[in-house]
Amino acid sequence: MSRLISASEALRRALASIAVTMLVLAAGCSGDEFTDSEKATIASLSLDRLPPLPADPSNRFADDRLAAAFGATLFFEPRLSGHGDVSCSTCHQVDRQFQDGRPLGRAVGLTDRRTMPLAGVAFSPWQFWDGRKDSLWAQALGPLEDAREHAGNRTAYAHFVTASLKDRYERIFGPLPDLAGVPRNAGPLGTAEEKAAWQAIPEAKRAEIDTVFANIGKSIAAFERSIRHEETRFDRFARAIAAGEAPQGDAALDESERLGLKLFIGRANCVTCHAGPRFSDEHFHNTGVPQPPELPEDSGRAAGIPKALADPFNCLGRYSDAKPEQCGELRFVAKDDPLMVRAFKTPSLRGAVSRPPYMHSGQIATIEDVIEHYSSAPKPPKGESELQPLTLSEREKKALVAFLKTLDTGRPLSN
Amino acid sequence: MGLKGRIGIALGAVVLAVAAAVGYMMFAMAPPSDLDLARSKKTAKGLYAVEIAPENPAFERNTLHSWVVTVTTADGAPVEGAEIAVDGGMPQHGHGLPTAPQVTAALGDGRYRIEGVRFNMSGWWEFKLHIKAAAGEDDVTFNLSL
Ligand code: HEC
Ligand code: HEC
Ligand SMILES: [Cu+2]
Repeated sequence: MSRLISASEALRRALASIAVTMLVLAAGCSGDEFTDSEKATIASLSLDRLPPLPADPSNRFADDRLAAAFGATLFFEPRLSGHGDVSCSTCHQVDRQFQDGRPLGRAVGLTDRRTMPLAGVAFSPWQFWDGRKDSLWAQALGPLEDAREHAGNRTAYAHFVTASLKDRYERIFGPLPDLAGVPRNAGPLGTAEEKAAWQAIPEAKRAEIDTVFANIGKSIAAFERSIRHEETRFDRFARAIAAGEAPQGDAALDESERLGLKLFIGRANCVTCHAGPRFSDEHFHNTGVPQPPELPEDSGRAAGIPKALADPFNCLGRYSDAKPEQCGELRFVAKDDPLMVRAFKTPSLRGAVSRPPYMHSGQIATIEDVIEHYSSAPKPPKGESELQPLTLSEREKKALVAFLKTLDTGRPLSN
Repeated sequence: MGLKGRIGIALGAVVLAVAAAVGYMMFAMAPPSDLDLARSKKTAKGLYAVEIAPENPAFERNTLHSWVVTVTTADGAPVEGAEIAVDGGMPQHGHGLPTAPQVTAALGDGRYRIEGVRFNMSGWWEFKLHIKAAAGEDDVTFNLSL
C-alpha cells in the first residue's frame, strides 16, 4: 500500500478522527454514564441527605410545639399590622411556596427586594438576601415594623397580644407585662411621634415590651421551622443512583435532563454555589445581577453584615437565649471581604422554575433568561462577579432548564 | 513544507485546541491530582513544625467547626504563647474563607483551638497559618480537599 496519501485523504482521516473525538465527548456528555465522583455529587444533592434541622440556641422555644402553633396563628394574623390588613402570608403565600411571584414584595408599600420562599429556611444561618439577621426570630421582627410591610409598632403589638391572645401567650411565655399607661403606638423605628412616645417610656418597661416583641418572633420562628422542602423527581432519581440502582418510572430522567444535571455538577459549575440537598451553600455571592435603576443602590451582603452585628435582637443581644460562645456565626463573621459587595444569598433551587421572576429584586423574568445570564456572565454593576462566561450551546441551555424542572414538585401553583 | 504537512499541522492544532478546551472545561475545577494533603508540615522558614486536626463536629462542607493546631519548634519542643493568624481560600475560585476564624484558646503543650472555620464549597481549600512566637514569625499553608 502506498505510503503517499493525498492531501484530501489526510483531511478525510483527520476529520474522521475529530468526528470520533466529538462522538466520544458527546457520549460522555449525554448523561448515559456518570462517573463515581459524579454519582457521589448527585447523592449529595438528594433530599435524603438533608441533615436534621440545626438547633437555634438563641431561641429556647424553637422546638416548642405550643410556640410553633402560636407562631402559625401569628403568621396568618392580619391584626398583627398597623392597619389590620397585612400578615406574613400576604407576601409569603402558603399555596405559592410561601412567596408571591412578584418582582418586589408589596403590602402597605413596595419593598426593594423579591419575597423569598420559606421552605427549609431554618437551615440558613443568615436571613434575607443580604443576611442582615442572624436568626429566624430576629428576622420576623423586621417586617412587623417596616412601614412598607406590616407598618405596625411594638407597643401596638404588645397591646394586641394582651387584648386578644393573652392566654395562649402566657401558657408559653409566662405573665405579660402590665401595659397600663403604655401608649397605643410607640417604637424606636416608627414615625417621629412613635419614636418620641417610645423614648418617654421608662427603660425597664421598654425592655418588657421588647421581650413580648421578641417572643412574637420566637413563636413565628418555631412555626417556620416546620416548613419543609418536598420530594421531587430529582430526589427519586438521586435515591436510585445513591443505591446503585437504575431509576424507574418518573425517577428516570430523560437524556436532556441528564445532560443538564451533568452540566450542573460539571462544566457549568452551578454546584459550587448551589450545593447540598437545598442547592445552596447558604453563603453570599456577587453574580453580576444588574442594579435596577429605579431602586436605591444595593450593596447586598457588604451592608448586611454591619446591620446584623448592630441588631439588638441578634444572638449576642439581651433577648437571645444563647450563651455568647454559641453565637459562632456572629462572632466569626468575615467583616471586610471585598467580594461581599453586591453579594446576595444563594437561593435554593428547589421549586425555582415555578416561581419566576428571579434574583434578589426580580431582575430576570424567565428561567431561560437566567441561563442566558450564566452563559454570558455579565460585568457586575459594582464589585466583582464570581462567574466566568460558560458559552453554552442552545442544546445545553435547554438541558439545564430541563434539569432544573426536575427540582419542582410538578404541582401547579394556584393563585 | 508540502500541502499535506500544512493541513496536518493545521488539523493537529484544531484537535489540540478542542482537546485543550474540553480538558479545561472538564478539569478546571478539580483539585490538582498531586496536591500535598499532609496535615503536619514544617513552616516556610523551618522555624516550627505544625500539625492540624479537625475537632467536633467533623470536617465536612458547610458546618461551622473548629480545628486544633499543635505548634512545636523544629526540634520538637511545644511552643507556648504563640500568636496565630488564620487565612485561606480556594485558589481555583479566587475567593477567601467565608468566615474569619480565630484562635480562641491555648490548650497547653503547644496546642491551640481555632474556632469559626467553615468551608462552604467542595474542592481545594488552602488553610494558612501565620505564627509568631519566641523563635520568630513564620508561615505554613495546608491543602484541604472536600
Ligand atoms: C411586603 C411583603 C412581605 C411581608 C408582609 C413579609 N415578608 Fe418576609 N420577605 C419579604 C421580602 C421582600 C423578603 C426579602 C427582603 C430582603 O432581603 O431585604 C423577605 C424575606 C423573608 C425571610 C428571609 C428568608 C431567607 O431565606 O433569608 C423570612 C424568613 C421572612 N421573610 C419571613 C417573614 C415573616 C415571618 C413575616 C411576618 C412577620 C414576613 N416575612 C412578612 C416580603 C415580605
Ligand atoms: C458563584 C456562585 C453561583 C454559581 C456558580 C451559580 N449560582 Fe445561581 N445563584 C447564585 C446567587 C448568589 C443567586 C442570587 C443572585 C442575586 O439575586 O443577586 C443565584 C440565583 C440563581 C437562580 C435564581 C433563583 C431565584 O430564586 O431567584 C437560579 C435559577 C440559578 N441561580 C441557577 C444557577 C445555575 C443553573 C447555575 C449554573 C449555570 C448557577 N446558578 C451557578 C449563586 C451562584
Ligand atoms: Cu469556591
